[in-house]
Amino acid sequence: MLPFLVFVGIFLLVPTVTVVVGAFQSDDGGFSLDRVRALTDETPMRALRESMLLSFSSAAVGSVLGALLAYLVVTAPPTSVIRRTVTAVCGVLAQFGGVTLAFAWMATLGFGGLVTNLLADAFGRDDSGSAWLYELPGLVLVYTYFQIPLMVIVFLPALEGLRPQWREAAVNLGASTRQYWFQVALPLLRPAFLGSALLLFANAFAAYATAAALVSQGAPITPLLIRSALTSEIVLGQANFGYALALQMVVVVAVVMTLYAWLLKRTSRWLS
Amino acid sequence: MTGSVSWRVLRGVLLLAFAAFFVLPLLALLDFSTKVPGTGERTGEAWRTLLDDPALTEAIKTSVLLAVLTVVGMVVLLVPTMIWVRLRVPRASRLVEFLCLLPLTIPALVIVVGMKGVYAWVDYFIGDSALTLTFVYVVLVLPYAYRALDASLSSIDAVTLAEAARSLGAGWLTVIVRVITPNIWAGVLSAAFIAVALVLGEYTIASLQNYETLQVVIVLLGKSDAPQSMALSLAAILFAAVLLLLLSLLDRRRRPSGKK
Repeated sequence: MLPFLVFVGIFLLVPTVTVVVGAFQSDDGGFSLDRVRALTDETPMRALRESMLLSFSSAAVGSVLGALLAYLVVTAPPTSVIRRTVTAVCGVLAQFGGVTLAFAWMATLGFGGLVTNLLADAFGRDDSGSAWLYELPGLVLVYTYFQIPLMVIVFLPALEGLRPQWREAAVNLGASTRQYWFQVALPLLRPAFLGSALLLFANAFAAYATAAALVSQGAPITPLLIRSALTSEIVLGQANFGYALALQMVVVVAVVMTLYAWLLKRTSRWLS
Repeated sequence: MTGSVSWRVLRGVLLLAFAAFFVLPLLALLDFSTKVPGTGERTGEAWRTLLDDPALTEAIKTSVLLAVLTVVGMVVLLVPTMIWVRLRVPRASRLVEFLCLLPLTIPALVIVVGMKGVYAWVDYFIGDSALTLTFVYVVLVLPYAYRALDASLSSIDAVTLAEAARSLGAGWLTVIVRVITPNIWAGVLSAAFIAVALVLGEYTIASLQNYETLQVVIVLLGKSDAPQSMALSLAAILFAAVLLLLLSLLDRRRRPSGKK
């Protein structure tokens, strides 16, 4: 017990506290709000906005499509090949994301990629393709690739908790399929769906590897801004600004995860 | 649900669309890694020379070693703690759970920013080596390892087992190592698999600390030898797939059909 506490204290809590303290320090060590105030400058604000936009759109697309895929899977019998394959593949893609996915999409839609070339052949367009993959829309697409699997993993249990008896009861009382879905199933699934979507949002907001591998220069989103704060030693005080940025990230993720935990509790009232 | 023909067709089409979306980028990886840039001829060159690059083999060695050390560290740290908490201090179980799940809320990126001070000490005591990443990696895998171990601990009656062993004269060490641990072997194994997959796929911390692990080298290679980096990416994800597939087989054996 004690070694565990000490270990977690050193390697998890100390870094976190360092970030929080560092964010409220001035360059000579005293208390100051300068670094936190610097968050409202134009560059970090824009990065935050883009990050939010990226997280929101990839979470929205990911949760809708992921829920759809989860539904397709749940209607198959538990032992079917489809179900096993989908859950296994989703496990890999959601947990082993990062760099590999960035490369996979570069090979697909980047310069000289598979689909780029196919499109070039089909429409006689310029062979080199465009750079949209390396900008925000491209990031949304690539993020979706690991958001959908994550959604399937977290949403599947809720769908499985939807008991057939409820549908039978509704049908016995004269409900149509439409009525069953809109008045029974969807209200039951709503907290689980929203909760999972929040988890996806936090996941995208904190993701670093994919974006870092894809965008090698510049810092359009907050995680990459942290990278440049950490790696650039040219501008004095930049490294310390990383603390404020990291604090901002913790706050956003913590708020989202708290909401998630709350929704999860509401979900478990019915679907567990 | 409804067995109508149109629903079945729709379902098939949708499943195919999803499959295409997920398989296409992987096929593209394969395509790219076997193509000569410019001419478009097929070649196995990138795959053949994969292990010739000394920097690469070094990185793979580092990553594998890190994975092993992380698993060892995780098992040594977490297994006795969780058993001990369950047997002796159930009051602390909420605390341990909270701490274990905390890394989900504190992104790896944040830990990197804050760990400079801690790592100055680590470097001072142990020396500056990529293997020191083990410590943070153990923290990173905590949530996943915790869930796997907790599920498997809950499925056995640990308290009764421990009492039986104690009344036969076993010490606490014997209880933990020789009585409880063998009973949660499946949980330990799945925690280990997840840890290995996570460590092999980890990029954030390693790259920002300037250590050359597998993923970092893949990105570096991407700038000099694209086909080779693509080949390596594909190999890495296939390896992780095999690993996690084994894990799901293991899971299934532990929890027979239907039960969640």
